[in-house]
Parts: sequence; structure tokens; C-alpha cells
Amino acid sequence: MTKLAYFPGCSLKDNAKRFEDAAFFVMETLGAPLEELETWNCCGTVYSLADDDLMHHIASVRNFIRTKEAGSEELVTLCAMCYNTLARVAGRVEAHADELEKINAFMDREEDYEGGIRIRHILQVLRDTIGWEALSETVVRPLDNLKIAAYYGCTLVRPQETGIDDMERPVVMADALAAVGAEPVTFPFEAECCGTYQIVDEPHLALEQSNRILRSARLAGADVVVTACPLCQHNLEQALIAPVGESEEIKSIQVVYFTELLAAALGADEATMSPVVREILSTSVTAEGGA
Amino acid sequence: MADEKLTQIYIMGKAYDVPVGVTIMDAMEYAGYRFIRGAGCRSGFCGACGTVYRKAGEYRLEFVLACQEMVEEGMHLTQLPFTPAPRSDYTLAELDPSENVLLQHYPEIARCVSCNTCTKACPQEIEVMDYIQAALRGDVAKVAELSFDCIACGLCAMRCPADIKHYHVGQMGRRLHGVADLATPEHLTARIAQLDGGAFDGEMETLASASLADLKAKYAERVIEKVQEPEVATEEVAT
Ligand code: SF4
Ligand code: SF4
Ligand code: FES
Repeated sequence: MTKLAYFPGCSLKDNAKRFEDAAFFVMETLGAPLEELETWNCCGTVYSLADDDLMHHIASVRNFIRTKEAGSEELVTLCAMCYNTLARVAGRVEAHADELEKINAFMDREEDYEGGIRIRHILQVLRDTIGWEALSETVVRPLDNLKIAAYYGCTLVRPQETGIDDMERPVVMADALAAVGAEPVTFPFEAECCGTYQIVDEPHLALEQSNRILRSARLAGADVVVTACPLCQHNLEQALIAPVGESEEIKSIQVVYFTELLAAALGADEATMSPVVREILSTSVTAEGGA
Repeated sequence: MADEKLTQIYIMGKAYDVPVGVTIMDAMEYAGYRFIRGAGCRSGFCGACGTVYRKAGEYRLEFVLACQEMVEEGMHLTQLPFTPAPRSDYTLAELDPSENVLLQHYPEIARCVSCNTCTKACPQEIEVMDYIQAALRGDVAKVAELSFDCIACGLCAMRCPADIKHYHVGQMGRRLHGVADLATPEHLTARIAQLDGGAFDGEMETLASASLADLKAKYAERVIEKVQEPEVATEEVAT
């Protein structure tokens, strides 16, 4: 398979580096390596909902131009928020030629964007291009007996136009983990909001939300919650550190990025794993080495 | 003077006839302006002379250094020699470069909307937006590399809709990169030891106590060293 034009986003170069490192390993192993755009800028962080706020879509549009320059029609992302912002802007300017014209006119003396870039989340690539079977066949360290709760949050599945799966009962991340031997549990808060940026100004709001998610996953029997978003990951981690109310249940649960577990299953070197993943492998996964 | 060719420009809205083929800075002095600020090296290095102009019939503003740009017929211009942009206070040795200290010290970089206006304003043709974006994701080496030619003219910071103080971010990035990633050049260490040992104190004292007439004479007689091929000076800085 050819290389995939890849947009990392800022968090993946900073506090979510392990999310990305694991994804590089997974895609390399699957023969579809990620090739980071040579130049890229922040996606815009949050998709602006105002009708007349075109300024905040320029950031995404610039990345589409860079994708074209890299000779690709597709741009693959890892962060759920980047995916959401990029995909919504791509759809919006495709549907509103007048808005794209304005953005191009503003950029002036620069390359125009003519449309045509498709944004894909890496889970879509795994499901639709590589396939669960091929993923299964690559496993060298099956995650047997590991019960996982796939937590999607908002931005991967909503709104419907850009959602990568059913917006209320998504399965794609659970399917990916099932393909490498883990056992997904179902729990009712899989697509609830983690509290997002409230963690900055009103931390208790985000912590309560995140706490509910973790508790629900634990009560459903999960050992590990897997995420696809640095902000979800952060909020859930914060809830682990500073539990609110009755939260004994959540103390024994772990939170990791889905790519970290995939990388572990596909044979990543233990030295490259985060301590949490190493702990999961040694305590919950009973396959390799008969530990 | 009588046969000198003149052209008309507008300085802060007032029309002046100035000689053809001179820099904006020379034209302003010709028109009677005297620089207390807004001029320094007169060679395009110090960044003191940031200037904006618009040509007749043109919708764009252009951003230049007054000491480098030639006047053109019908130019409307003003200087922007100073940008109010306080620098964050830090002690380099106390910073932990593994954390995103650029973002901590200049949190407004997260407001960047990628409009690229800063890049278009830069008279040094630096990819200003790209170094701010690199700062946002904590890529200090990239910030240092991209911002290397910055002369702190401030024009980018005057234009940014997000009120970012680009050149301070770039400078901090270069400092962090220098401390964290680059080897200390030997010649620098040697020179600092020389200074600390007082090797030049005598000469300094002689100069400091010299009369104005002596100083003028010394200046007139000074020998300017030939530029050496950069074999020692720059090579050792590399990693
Ligand atoms: S980056 Fe900004 S301050 Fe530095 S030279 Fe360019 S415009 Fe001037
Ligand atoms: S002018 Fe400001 S907001 Fe626009 S790209 Fe430059 S730093 Fe970002
Ligand atoms: S006077 Fe120094 S750059 Fe123009």
C-alpha cells in the first residue's frame, strides 16, 4: 500500500506523543506507513459554528492545500478533535463555493484551495481499507482476556455528516480491539462527552462527567478504557487522579490510547510502551510468555 | 541640486518631493525629518526602522525597512518604529525545555488562526506563521531554525489579529535551542574566560578615560579587519 498523508495535530507532538508513536508503529507494521505533511498548522482546534466566522476555517483549509502539495487527495488524522474540525471544514467549503471563494480571496498571493480533499480518521483506514481480518493476521501478542471499554466521546461520531460510525452505538474502535484479541464490553457512556475544555475553567464539571464514564466502564467489567482523543484521555486521567464522590470502582481501571494497545498486540517493543501499557500487559493480558 | 530628479511621496499624509533612487530613510531626512528613534544600523540588520506604505491605486499595505526600501512615485508611508510588546521574564537555566515553555510564557500563541498575515508583513521573508505553529506544538528546534533571521522589527506583531508577540517567541525558541540542543562553541568559552580574566580591562579603561578629541582621532585611524572566510567562527556552532 502507498504511504498515507498524515496530519498529526499539535497535541500529538506534545502531551500525546505516545498516541502517535504507537500509530506509526501500527501502520508501518500493516504496510501502510503514515507520512507526516512536511508543513502543517493547527487544525483550528474547535470547529467554529458561527455562520459568518470564516476566519476560523482558514487553518484547516491551509492543511488541505498542503495535502494537495504532498500529492494526496486524502488526509489521515489520529486525534478525534482534529478529525472533526478538518472533516467539517472540508465538507463545508465543498458545499459552499462562495465561502471558499472568500477564504481564497483572503489568503491572497497564496495557493488557492480548489476542494477535493477527503479527511479520514485512522480507524476508518483500519476498518475500510485494511480490514479487521488483515489486522488480526498481523497480531503477535494477542490481548487475550483483556476487557476493554471503547470510549468515543463526541467528536469522532458527531455530527452525523462527519461521524465515522453510528453516532449512538459506535463499534469501530471496539471492533479494532476485538480484532487483536481483546474483549470489548458495552457500556452506556461510550459516546458521552468527557467535559472537554471545562477542565480548565470549571474542572468539577469535567471531572464529574469523566468519573461517570469511568465508573460505567468499570461496572461493565472493563479493565481498560481506550480513547482516540488527547483531551478525552486527559480528562479521564484527571478523573483517575482526582476522583469525585463515590468512585472506589474506578481506581483499578486504566486509560490508554487505542493505538497503544494495537501496537502492543502487533509486537511493539516493550521499551517503547508507556508504563501503563506495560502494566496492562503484565497484569491483565495472559497470553504471551505465560506470565 | 537643481538638476536632481525628484519624485513625489506622502509621509504621514503630507506630500514631499524627494530624490529618485534613495531609500525611504534618506528621503525622510531629505524632507526634514530627524530620527531620534526609528533608525539604527542603516544596513537592514537592527530592525529599528519598520515602515508601512501603500502605493497609489493599490489595496495592499506593504511592510519594509526604511533603510532598505527605495522610494517610489506616489508612495504613502509612515514608520512603525516601535511595537509595544513586553517580553516574558525568564531565567533560561531554570526552564525545563521538555515542557512546552514557549506556550507557558506566551499562551496567546494558541490564539493563532493561521491567517498568515504575519508572514506577509515580514521584511526578512521569514515563515513567521510556521514558527508560531512550531512553537504551539513545542518544536523548539524548528522555531529556532525558522526564526533565525528575525531582526525584531515588530511588524508581524503589529499585524497579528491574535496579538501574538512573534519575535519574542522566536527569540526564546532560539535561546532554548541553544542551551538544550547545541554544543557550546569553544571559541565562545575561550573568549568568556578571557573577558573574565580581565584581558581587555586595560584597553577599556584607556578608551573610557580618553578625551573626545583622542577618541575622534582613534576612530578616524581605525583599521577595519578584513572579513575572514568563515572557517572557525561559524563551523563550531553546529551540533
Ligand atoms: S519575524 Fe516579525 S519581528 Fe522578526 S523580522 Fe519578521 S516581521 Fe520583523
Ligand atoms: S498573524 Fe497572528 S493569527 Fe495570523 S498566522 Fe500570524 S500568528 Fe497566526
Ligand atoms: S536602520 Fe537598522 S534595519 Fe533599518
